[in-house]
Amino acid sequence: MTTVARTPEPDYLHAQTNRKGIGAWIFSTDHKRIGILYLVSMLVFFIAAVTFGVLMRLEMLTPGKTIMQPQTYNTFFTLHGIMMIFLFIIPGLPAVFGNFLLPLMIGAKDVFFPRLNLFSWWLFITGGLLALVSLFLPGGPADTGWTFYVPYSIRTTTNVIPALMAAFILGFSSILTGLNFITTIHRMRAPGMDWFKMPLFIWSLYSTAWIQILATPIIGITLLLVTIERLFGVGIFDPTLGGDPVLYQHLFWIYSHPAVYIVILPGLGVVSEILPVFARRTIFGYKVIAYSSLSIAFIGSLVWAHHMFTVGMSNTGMFIFSLLTFLVSIPSAIKVFNWIATLYKGSIKIEVPFLFVLAFIFQFSIGGLTGLMLGVLSVNIHVQDTYFVVGHFHYVMFGGTGFGLFAAMHYWFPKIFGRMYKNVPAFVGWLLMTIGLNLLYFPFLIMGYMGMPRRYYDYLPQFQTYHVISTVGSWVLVLGIIIIFVNLILSLKKGAKAPMNPWGGKTLEWTVASPPPVENFHEIPIVEKGPYDYSEYEIKPEIAK
Amino acid sequence: MLQDTSPFSDYVDTTFLIVVGISSLVLLGLMIAMIYFIIRYSRKRNPNPTNIEGNVPLEITWTVIPLALFMGMFYLGWHGYLKQITVPEGAHVIKVTARMWAWSFEYPNGVKTDTLYVPVNTPIKLSLHSLDVNHSLYIPEFRIKKDVIPNRENVMWFQTPRVASYDIACAEYCGLQHSYMYTKVVAKDSSDFERWYKEVSLKQSKPYLPMLKEEKVKE
Repeated sequence: MTTVARTPEPDYLHAQTNRKGIGAWIFSTDHKRIGILYLVSMLVFFIAAVTFGVLMRLEMLTPGKTIMQPQTYNTFFTLHGIMMIFLFIIPGLPAVFGNFLLPLMIGAKDVFFPRLNLFSWWLFITGGLLALVSLFLPGGPADTGWTFYVPYSIRTTTNVIPALMAAFILGFSSILTGLNFITTIHRMRAPGMDWFKMPLFIWSLYSTAWIQILATPIIGITLLLVTIERLFGVGIFDPTLGGDPVLYQHLFWIYSHPAVYIVILPGLGVVSEILPVFARRTIFGYKVIAYSSLSIAFIGSLVWAHHMFTVGMSNTGMFIFSLLTFLVSIPSAIKVFNWIATLYKGSIKIEVPFLFVLAFIFQFSIGGLTGLMLGVLSVNIHVQDTYFVVGHFHYVMFGGTGFGLFAAMHYWFPKIFGRMYKNVPAFVGWLLMTIGLNLLYFPFLIMGYMGMPRRYYDYLPQFQTYHVISTVGSWVLVLGIIIIFVNLILSLKKGAKAPMNPWGGKTLEWTVASPPPVENFHEIPIVEKGPYDYSEYEIKPEIAK
Repeated sequence: MLQDTSPFSDYVDTTFLIVVGISSLVLLGLMIAMIYFIIRYSRKRNPNPTNIEGNVPLEITWTVIPLALFMGMFYLGWHGYLKQITVPEGAHVIKVTARMWAWSFEYPNGVKTDTLYVPVNTPIKLSLHSLDVNHSLYIPEFRIKKDVIPNRENVMWFQTPRVASYDIACAEYCGLQHSYMYTKVVAKDSSDFERWYKEVSLKQSKPYLPMLKEEKVKE
């Protein structure tokens, strides 16, 4: 495989295809190009959704009107939610880094269904464009919140149907990607790579893919039912026709809670991938981490109604869903313990991806611990639908997976683009992002416990201090994000050429050139060791220097 | 916090503080360990890593201890929740009707108000109804909340020990004026409450029947 680097062969970025220009990308079935397609399109949606978020924070700077009308605010939090969830954080890690890395990490030339893979991206783009179109259609953008709760979503005159259809189509993209990944992992692992020699990122993608396949159809059918209800008034959910709005909430969360794990599992996988490389030792408790991903996926499918503790459920329901919520926290806690144990007796070098991972662990722990507080029934009754919940899930989603995504971007950037980025701006960006994120979301937790309900355009004066701190935090955070992006974009052209293995990773993607050749591997590698085998450093300590 | 505004407010706060306390200790411990390892095992200090693949007793320990803690938290939460939902016998029923974007409270004799007046130290049961979309009746100070859903009756209860007034908010997003769907719950002492109840009954020409028993008013 070392011959790959010597022979001057076009990499996947420069390879000649029978199409020219953009056609060589948007019709490419190369998993690496599809990964880049997802990356670019997803970042566009991310920037749009961040803009909505920042404007919302600006509105919350003072009570009453600051910059926008209530209707605008309501559509902004709806769009922020829909875009962040369906267009950024759910496809984020699996579709971008999963697509790019899955075949490389298991020693395959592509995914099992390359054309289906391209089709998934097209569905993603169609869904995304439909969501954008719904902004400009007469009627105005949806104002239901990303949860589309009935009866409001049936009564509002805004463009709910295009938004629902967008989410519906995006769901199919997600299902097909999941299907593709499961098949690829089952059928295309390199010889010798048995299940427990797979990198942990692959384990997390595998667990995620099962949730994608099993849970997403439920949201699909539910959103379709809301559409039918709006168009024909059948009486499934609409109380005036004898329907049950609570049924909608159950169906919605049967998907949308597992979706939380679709979001977080790959983030956890990234952490498990990056930590051992910079600690230069094997991961602590490989099998435990692998199994904990599976158990999170399994138990996580059974806790949906903890989003509905104030809805008036039976005591049996309350008891079971609270109990299961505590049980699902255990595998997440175990992961954190194993990560920290991985640092023990390592030989740690601090680099930017590692810093993002450390911030991830801190913020994910806060997210997890506030999740415990939410699992406590009596406390949940008080903080349900307040800023406490908003703070909690932003710690998990952004503080966790979002940071995991930035960690992945900095870790695999040299592999994907064949260039190094500048360390100092990346470090400054990381620092600002970490400070900004905590300034932004920690006051949410305090306000929430004080009784500030979520989705409020206006608020009582006692909350203003916290809102001001939070809004300032949003500026710091955005400044950090801008520095990070400018640094990475400049590095695309001007960065130093990246070596094959800049960090000393042991997984298979580091055995091919940076950027990888079109076919990934000339010869399919034969795997003999586990993914994080750093035993050589124990024998020859001088290399470590 | 810990203002004793309702039979469960202090219990919820105490439970919350216990969980926050445990969580803070755990977080602090984890972060100290993380930072210590990073400094102690930096590449300069420790160029020679040791590959420890795992440790089964340790894995069991950090599964069982959190499990025990979590079960404790679960129990506290469940116990507090039972307090929140167990309506005492003889609680006075007030019917609440929510619509976009206002609350209406109906007393046993048909009197309707948009502020909730209650006597102190008396269990009040709210029977919740919605005319349009989902709402949620939230009294932050009492640490209590319940969704108000059309075509379905939900109930909640509270009692409050002091003459005071507290905010009532809508906690379930319900459209344009959602954040303005505030009102107050005003707790009056028993005789004050009866006087008010009599006046408002006259004003709305509803038959006045004392809500509270005589001896309680005299107290």
